[in-house]
Amino acid sequence: MSAYDIVLAGAVGLLGIGLYGLLITRNLIKIVMVLQLLVKGAVLALMLAGQVSGQVGIGQSLAATVIVADTMVAVVALAIAIQIRRRFNTMDTVEVSTLKG
Amino acid sequence: MENLWLFLLLVVAAILCAYRMIVSTRILVATLYLACISALVSILLYLLGGTQVAAIELSVGAGLVTVLLVYAISVVGDDALDPASIVPKPLAMISVLAAAVFLAWLAIPIGVASRPLPAVSMQVVLWEQRVLDLWIQMVLIISGVMGMLGIFAEGKTRQRSGLHTLVEVRGQVPQSEEYKQAMEDTTPNHRNDQISITVNPNQGETQDGKLDERV
Repeated sequence: MSAYDIVLAGAVGLLGIGLYGLLITRNLIKIVMVLQLLVKGAVLALMLAGQVSGQVGIGQSLAATVIVADTMVAVVALAIAIQIRRRFNTMDTVEVSTLKG
Repeated sequence: MENLWLFLLLVVAAILCAYRMIVSTRILVATLYLACISALVSILLYLLGGTQVAAIELSVGAGLVTVLLVYAISVVGDDALDPASIVPKPLAMISVLAAAVFLAWLAIPIGVASRPLPAVSMQVVLWEQRVLDLWIQMVLIISGVMGMLGIFAEGKTRQRSGLHTLVEVRGQVPQSEEYKQAMEDTTPNHRNDQISITVNPNQGETQDGKLDERV
């Protein structure tokens, strides 16, 4: 097993734990954090793909784009979470949901 | 790529921190674990040759996002709210484990390109080949700034509002003892005014749920 395999296993592990957290979490802020965790696994996999294919520049460029997008998603999602907390006085996604049926 | 044990140590530490982050009931503690994961991932990125993206990840992931999360937690409160999940935990664990094992079975051992393409620096890629990514990043940053403005604009509105401007409240009102005491302390002249204002019942409360002291 090479170092590439170890890093790939780490990326898969981060993705798996993030997906598990996304399934079991109902707190809005924690959902944002779990999304951050998922993206970290994706960034690691992108950088690894760039290194393996010899295209470190493309890997870095894509990883930087993903990091910026993820940060902006976190900012907007936190703003929405704060507004939800002020309006509904809860952070639970089930209590916030108004869809019935 | 000779630091095999270093890679193994970093990956195991990142996965342990991720697990602790998921199972932690306090959000602030989970935020600290997320910052640790960012730092560990940035070290891994540096070891993989992505020096610039490692610096971006360290400054943005472990710095900016952590500060934003701590600010949001300070606004909404660090409730130990982690109720039972919609999806049963054993079912979620089994399905995610199956997906991860399948993905690892497909990808490991990883195939290294026998004839790698000629390497191009990140500057050339970003400014010449993938200029569209730069435009997308600009749009995303602008939308993120608008989101931050939304947060701070709401904070100013809350500071201006308060029960000292309240004469008569219609609709649902908080029924706490502090609120009733504040209403009794309101001067009679103000009570007799016929002006009626409909306000949000949460207005006038501070971040910890108590009434504003200016009342």
